[in-house]
Amino acid sequence: MDAAFSIFALLLLAGAVAAMSLRNLIHCALSLVVVFFSAAGLFLLLGAEFLSFAQVMVYVGAIAILIVFATLLTGSAGATTGALAFRPWLLGVGTAGWVTGVIVAAVLNGRPLPVEGKTAALPTVRQLGEALMTRYVLPLEVIGLLLTAALIGAVVLALREGGAGRGKEPRP
Amino acid sequence: MVDTLDQLFIRAGRGVVDWAPEPARPWLAAFLAAATITAVFAGLFALTTWLERKGLARIQNRPGPNRVGPFGLLQPVADGLKMLTKEDIRPRSADQWIHFLAPLLKVVPVLLAYSVIPFGRNLVALNLDAGLLFFFAVGSITEIAVFMAGWGSRNKYSLLGAMRAIAQLISYEMPLVLSALTVVLVTGTLSLPAIVDSQAGWHGGWLARWHVFTPWGLAAFALFMTAATAKTNRAPFDLPEGESEIIAGHLVEYSGFKYALFFMGEYLSLFAISAVGITLFLGGWRAPVAFLDWVPSYAWFAVKLLACVAWFIWLRGTVPRLRADQLMNFAWKFLLPLALVANLAAMLWQVTANWQFAGATLWRWVLVGALILVPYQRLGRALLGGRTEAPRRYRFAE
Repeated sequence: MDAAFSIFALLLLAGAVAAMSLRNLIHCALSLVVVFFSAAGLFLLLGAEFLSFAQVMVYVGAIAILIVFATLLTGSAGATTGALAFRPWLLGVGTAGWVTGVIVAAVLNGRPLPVEGKTAALPTVRQLGEALMTRYVLPLEVIGLLLTAALIGAVVLALREGGAGRGKEPRP
Repeated sequence: MVDTLDQLFIRAGRGVVDWAPEPARPWLAAFLAAATITAVFAGLFALTTWLERKGLARIQNRPGPNRVGPFGLLQPVADGLKMLTKEDIRPRSADQWIHFLAPLLKVVPVLLAYSVIPFGRNLVALNLDAGLLFFFAVGSITEIAVFMAGWGSRNKYSLLGAMRAIAQLISYEMPLVLSALTVVLVTGTLSLPAIVDSQAGWHGGWLARWHVFTPWGLAAFALFMTAATAKTNRAPFDLPEGESEIIAGHLVEYSGFKYALFFMGEYLSLFAISAVGITLFLGGWRAPVAFLDWVPSYAWFAVKLLACVAWFIWLRGTVPRLRADQLMNFAWKFLLPLALVANLAAMLWQVTANWQFAGATLWRWVLVGALILVPYQRLGRALLGGRTEAPRRYRFAE
């Protein structure tokens, strides 16, 4: 493989290992950002321009900030965690093994990408948009509805908490 | 002759690249583009610090920097030397790596963002199919940099400042992207050179067909520039720095050149976001009127960019800083709905594009303009909450 792939793959693996093994939770979150970013680089190498930029925008720009804020708000930031105090380790190993098995099975059962497919015309943003608006319009709308519902739910939760203080603003 | 002047930089670059051996050519071309962008915009950063201090000084009836060089023009050099020779202080309890990496992560993505902007005819480093998305994607990396600066300094004020800054950046990203989306809706492309091409041609044979000369374009441009002011931490949205409240926020534990790097990142993102605003709404490198079409394209771009910078300086000198709650209300209750309305207006403009009857253009203007102005007026009134604005009375002076 070419040098760019090796760099991104190494970064991704190093970031993943760091995200799991570092003691400081914020360091873990920032390592996860490295993983997101390297994944975007890998997408770009595969010619999936739109997916790559969306990955950076959504994961690095929004999800990473969300993770970091959640870590700060739960008050565990800065505190260095000891060894994981997670008792049922058998459950953990089982889950990890199951996920690994599913991924390996999917990879083994999948068709290999045709080699000439890389040089063939890659889908442009226009084609992606047209596919989303015609063939995949139902899943898109369902996801949109779900996200809107989540947003309204968040607003309702926030309103209930701060509702008592309303109407007491001093009017100039 | 005109064409030679217009394509001067491209020919010069090609000449240099052709002189190199075959396998090194793509590397050399990429290096040339990157070096030129870095040099030109770092130079513009130096010039703008001087311009800004001079302009603000004039607004406040002072002379401004006038000691170093003619008209104080060498002031940026003196500032740079001062920043370089200053001691680099790192708090003992700060997180060494995060504190060190934050300024770098602030500057590098912004430099990347320049690669997709067409600065002149054919003068674009990287013609990406999804260029606009690339711009916003690398722009969102700065939020991580701000967080790293705030958290890595291990200081209350830093962390509070970073929280404020991130809340502001995320809130204003929505209206920024939505107002840029209007252009994507109408032109049907995310590639910035293609968006510039969509603004070719002349209204009535002389006035350029820029998007800003349409009702939705004007509204979206105003929204874009407002959101851009907030996204680049410029006054009146410079709360993250808030010298009087949280003593420079996430920058409080930085000194010397790292501090300068943060400001460089901020100014570079100001230029970059202005450049995208110009590309989307002000015709990019195209001339405003037909008879000035002979002026080289990059010169038009530079003029427009400097005009935007002057506008930002003017705004900083004349508008007071918002309160934190006003900042959030403004983004979520005013800019965001209006950006959605601007998108609706752009769609209506696009749907009515093939109206043929007499006075069709006038009707389109009235319809689309009303679609924007009525919600604008209604929303503004509703947010005022029935209060009437009277001139402020100062009791102590009576």
